[in-house]
Amino acid sequence: MQERMKQAQFEEAVVPHLDAAYNLARWLLRNDQDAEDIVQEAAMRALKSFGGFRGSDGRAWFLAIVRNTCYTRLQHDRAHEVATTSFDDDLYSPDCAAANPETLLLQSADTQLLRQAVEALPVMFREVVVLRELEGLSYKDIAAIAGIPLGTVMSRLARARQRLMEQLSPPINKEC
Amino acid sequence: MNCQDTRMLLDGYVDGEVDLVRSLEIERHLQSCAVCAQRYANYQTLRNAIRASDLYVPAPPSLHKRIHAAVLQTSKPETKPRGLPQWSPGRWLASAATAAAVVLLVWGTARGWSLPSADDRLTQDVTADHVRSLMATHLADVASSDQHTVKPWFDGKLDFSPPVEDLAQEGYPLIGGRLDYLANHPVAALVYQRRKHVINLFIWPSTDSERAMSTVTRQGYYVVHWIRAGMTYWAVSDLSVAELEMFSHLIQQRAAPTSAP
Repeated sequence: MQERMKQAQFEEAVVPHLDAAYNLARWLLRNDQDAEDIVQEAAMRALKSFGGFRGSDGRAWFLAIVRNTCYTRLQHDRAHEVATTSFDDDLYSPDCAAANPETLLLQSADTQLLRQAVEALPVMFREVVVLRELEGLSYKDIAAIAGIPLGTVMSRLARARQRLMEQLSPPINKEC
Repeated sequence: MNCQDTRMLLDGYVDGEVDLVRSLEIERHLQSCAVCAQRYANYQTLRNAIRASDLYVPAPPSLHKRIHAAVLQTSKPETKPRGLPQWSPGRWLASAATAAAVVLLVWGTARGWSLPSADDRLTQDVTADHVRSLMATHLADVASSDQHTVKPWFDGKLDFSPPVEDLAQEGYPLIGGRLDYLANHPVAALVYQRRKHVINLFIWPSTDSERAMSTVTRQGYYVVHWIRAGMTYWAVSDLSVAELEMFSHLIQQRAAPTSAP
């Protein structure tokens, strides 16, 4: 009875966020089947620790578990991806701040281009872009999910968007 | 604000994460600087393109089924969860939790906590509703500590007028009200607070005879139920049982002081 109650409450807390969980996992792992496996694994981890969950935001709580499960998988499977993309966020400064930005010409028909550009981002940039632009989460939620300070959320978004815009601009006259 | 400051804060500005004063400064700068204005336009183009795209990948229906099945599987301890390593501390904890639940149940029974079994389902619904209200960050439709604001708010939303009492003096301040749906009724949910703990008090009309207070526990929450003066009451919280029962007593006294037993 107690167990069934816990299951019902758990499903109520987690099932509404399965789309968000799957979308995040799909973008972090870039593979449909891996994303399904990871979300299921994360759900099982979440069920185990559900008794300790007293927060008010089931989405951020569950997404943090999904995110960490994805990272464990990435580190295990593709150690190089995480390792080669790490850098010091604090050292980041906009190096072409003085350059005149070109007009970004992007039609909605360019979805394929956009998809490739997002997939090409290093995983830690991809994650902030997905959480912010696709999930619409606040910096505070993103910081909690990714376990990084608020300032780092903003600097990673800045860096990610800069990369996207470079990828999506016509390859002419690139100064930086 | 110069170009460099604007550049540093542009992401926060686009995302609505910059305070009002800085927002206005950035806005002013964008009006006077073509370079930054172009950068800002690019941000918007990028954002609109992402939002208009089909980059969002919703979960396939099969995943819902898989997770539901996996959750059910965990209630059968004799079968190993598929694809997961056995985690013995978890098992130990689970047995400890079961033992604790049994102790609590025995103790609860000894204390005379029991409700007619017909109410079990409702107790479950009320508890689930309480949990949902905490998780969805949708605690109150009308957030007010003033009973004269909360009570009229229900007018026209319900076909009854729930008694709304403020117990701030007694240490249970009213923080708002919400419309909810229980037992096939629209019901009034009044939200009270005791320190950091939230109490949901659900009220709706009842034709049943009056019933004295009874307390049960569900998954770490206490549920106090009574029927008085044609209204049924359910109070749910993770407060201590003594405090929740005190709260219920106070509500009973205030809400229907003249009702005959």
